[in-house]
Amino acid sequence: MNNLLLPIASLIGAGLVILGLMFYRRSQHATGSGFGHFLRRNGVFVSSYLILSLLGWIFFMIILPQLYMVDFSFSHNLPPSKIGGPEDVYTTQNYEYLLFGSPGSEDAFNWLHLKVFLRTILAAVVVTIIDLALCYPVAYYMAQSASSGKLRMMALCLLLPFWVNEILRAFAFRILFGSGGVFNNVLMGMGLIDQPVDFIRADVGLYAGLSYAYLLLMIFPLYNAIESLDHSQIEAAKDLGCPWWRVHFEVVMPFAKPGIASGCTMVFMLSCGALAAPQILGGPSSLWFTQIIYQWFNTGGNWPLGAAYALVLLVVCIIFVMAVMRLFKVSFGEIIK
Amino acid sequence: MSSVQTTLPPQTGQHGFRLRSTHVRQFMMGFYILIFFAYLFGPLVMMSATAFNDNTYPQVAPWNGFTLKWFEELITDSFMVEGFINSLVIGAGVVCLAVPFGLAGALMLSQIHHKVRSIYYVIVVSPILTPGVIIGISTLVFWDWMGLMLDADFESPFYNGIWLTIIGQATFISSYTLLIFLARLQRFDSTLEEAALDLGASHVQVFWQVLVPFLKPALISAAVLAFLTSFENYNTTVFTIQAESTLTTVLASKVRLGITPAVSALAVLIISLTLVGAAVHEVLRRRERTEVKVG
Amino acid sequence: MSANVELENLNIRFGDFHAVKDVNLNIRDGEFFSFLGPSGCGKTTILRAVSGFNDPTEGAIYIGGENMLGSGPNERPTALVFQSLALFPLMSVADNISFGLKVRGVGKVQRRKKADELLEMIALSDQGDKLPSELSGGQRQRVAIARALAVEPKVLLLDEPLSALDLKLREHMRTELRRIQQRVGITFIYITHDQGEALTMSDRIAVMSHGVMQQVGSAQDIYDNPATSFVASFVGENNPINGTVIAAEEGYVSLKTDFGELRGRNERGLQPGDRATLFIRPQNLCLSERGDFDNCIQTTVNDQEFEGEFEHLYLAGDSRNLVVSLINDGAIPQFSNGSPISVGFHSDRAVVLPAGEMAYE
Repeated sequence: MNNLLLPIASLIGAGLVILGLMFYRRSQHATGSGFGHFLRRNGVFVSSYLILSLLGWIFFMIILPQLYMVDFSFSHNLPPSKIGGPEDVYTTQNYEYLLFGSPGSEDAFNWLHLKVFLRTILAAVVVTIIDLALCYPVAYYMAQSASSGKLRMMALCLLLPFWVNEILRAFAFRILFGSGGVFNNVLMGMGLIDQPVDFIRADVGLYAGLSYAYLLLMIFPLYNAIESLDHSQIEAAKDLGCPWWRVHFEVVMPFAKPGIASGCTMVFMLSCGALAAPQILGGPSSLWFTQIIYQWFNTGGNWPLGAAYALVLLVVCIIFVMAVMRLFKVSFGEIIK
Repeated sequence: MSSVQTTLPPQTGQHGFRLRSTHVRQFMMGFYILIFFAYLFGPLVMMSATAFNDNTYPQVAPWNGFTLKWFEELITDSFMVEGFINSLVIGAGVVCLAVPFGLAGALMLSQIHHKVRSIYYVIVVSPILTPGVIIGISTLVFWDWMGLMLDADFESPFYNGIWLTIIGQATFISSYTLLIFLARLQRFDSTLEEAALDLGASHVQVFWQVLVPFLKPALISAAVLAFLTSFENYNTTVFTIQAESTLTTVLASKVRLGITPAVSALAVLIISLTLVGAAVHEVLRRRERTEVKVG
Repeated sequence: MSANVELENLNIRFGDFHAVKDVNLNIRDGEFFSFLGPSGCGKTTILRAVSGFNDPTEGAIYIGGENMLGSGPNERPTALVFQSLALFPLMSVADNISFGLKVRGVGKVQRRKKADELLEMIALSDQGDKLPSELSGGQRQRVAIARALAVEPKVLLLDEPLSALDLKLREHMRTELRRIQQRVGITFIYITHDQGEALTMSDRIAVMSHGVMQQVGSAQDIYDNPATSFVASFVGENNPINGTVIAAEEGYVSLKTDFGELRGRNERGLQPGDRATLFIRPQNLCLSERGDFDNCIQTTVNDQEFEGEFEHLYLAGDSRNLVVSLINDGAIPQFSNGSPISVGFHSDRAVVLPAGEMAYE
């Protein structure tokens, strides 16, 4: 079955390139369109650099692997020798597995994996909300109140922790929340508890660590959005008798909508797809959906099944982005800035 | 008499009360920001402290005395060193791919027909919004299959963890660099290119002598960003790396399997490097600023 | 060193928009030639076609007798001075000037020599090492011209190069440009919407409107003998009076207008019955009592304006105010608004043209 994909994909790719070049038009002062103009505008060297780079990147690194992953997720888990053989046919069994479990199982649904899936999505939403709540006051302060020197200092301080490796950041939270960790020591030292609290099992460490990991991706979109708000609008609202908290709900937040949308999308996507933090900070009983995918690729040894699970995750992410775009009435370009 | 007093309280009293209300809010805001930054730096400070504690577990208390032995353990750990070297190689490879790809993508955006421009933009930035694990998986299965189709040798790049990781990481890091180039290109006056052409420059000369010098700051920051992002990437790498290892994957397995203060020692090194880098960056920026002022 | 530029049946379209229509023109060797027209008239498009940035949809461009079709801007013997100047911001002034030589592989010493020569010509000898951003507007202007001249083009193209300068500097640069052109002796093609620039500097001017070349001629020719209503209304102040031709004889026509019968020169072979417009310049209209005129207009005064050497009267016309400019000889009477007035003019000072598009908004 897979023998068809490569020629078809190549045809699509060639078609895209030809179409793109036919549609190609020089910006404002165009007298015509087509490949000749592309070549004339850029010269042979730059033209071939552009075409080769984009073919390599867009086609072989973005589009084809994603397409093939879709194709792959509908195939049986076969050893290489049987690929292309008579057993190599399309199947939906990988998706059925996520829903119903293995054919021989007793439960009607694969509750174990479905629960993990739902909990991952829910937890990602919770992390997103935590980050929004944590970052909004800081972003507002930076955008509207801080002096320029303070602002640069704060921006620098915000950036610093994020150059530290993702694993190490998670590790730091493990040190804080572990049974012999800082929090337990402090609480016991104060006499509030006698036994160490298992923060890790309660997922406190996970939420704190995930929120921490993506703070930056919330704060900068928020800052950018609030920064462009004219301060006199806030003053006008106050002058008209609006209490300070309503100023935020009625003036600042509606204005910062694109920034909020952008920050929430990024944090949600990254939390959903997080792997390191759940591996390090997740309790023994709590799995993250990406961890199941990881297992299928490593110890589980069933790549097509892992690909199917990954695709489900991707679809959820796409749905989330589109929902946010619809809900906040923002365009795709405003989300990524 | 009393009604007069309630409707017209002494001027100073009212003034004082107002002042206090905003002061309280300001104080609360300052306090909150303090807590926020404590949340930001606290974990890192605690972790750094454990690197110097002579205790088999990375803990601050009990404090068993100052030691540097964890740093020693770090340097003698051959897995770490090997992973570190692989990370450097991969980082360099990613820079070599992501910078030219991102630049090409950014240059093409302004030239492409406006009807397909939005679709094109969605495609080139979509890797940023795609979870890293998915990029890792799609890269792995696609090149694995390509290797199979082309009947490639098992030693070939199709199955090599380093190559796959470079390709997988470059997929989304190119989108980051693209955004950097786009931001810079927005301020580019395209008549400069026309002027150079008109003065007889070839297209290659225009590219190297007009466009590249203009993009130089963006090229540098794109390269730095690409390298650092690659260096610390985990989600994509963990799928594509296969039999090889990078510093991040070594760290992850160490942290998952058994935690040792040697990891904290590494964190201290990375944090110090980051601080030095930030300080250098800040100094350079200040200098640039004063230069501009003088000019 | 210089060359003529021939535009043969030039047509340029952008999609549905016809930017340049059927332009035929021969710009001579060493001529200072201007395209004059309001923005959007197609003059910049012609310039970009000559320099090679866009292709003619139909027709051809010859420079020095050679068809330029298929030659890119870097292969043509032209150099363009951009409206935005387009100086390379990261290169020094001298590097900017010698850029064209550098890309041609000219050695460093020779490049520097040429740059110094040109810097001297534009009176910026000691500024070669500065960045363009450190120069004043007028200095940058001269650097842009020197940079274009450094490649020794056969034709220099200038796209409204003075538009960013303030009035005084602009007037100074006019003489400066003319001086440079005479010194280097090459063909200059100059694009402008400012008639003052076109009239003072050019050997010949082409007036453009909506992609159509309305008239080509010397400054005086265009001012005194406009070929179309557009040229008459665009170049200099002019008073249009609409009417219908009732008689044509010996180079003159009589027009029936709201102000009775008026007579003017018939340059375009108008026949009785044609719709036509008579144009009379403000300085050619006089108070009737001050002379013996063969045309008389009875109307009322709307406004009177004092301007030093001149005093302007605004009179009720048929569609817009008629302007009368009187030399301030100290004997101009004061009119109250609405009072009747009679002004007159000589028939040989008025030109009658077929009714058509005007340059007024």
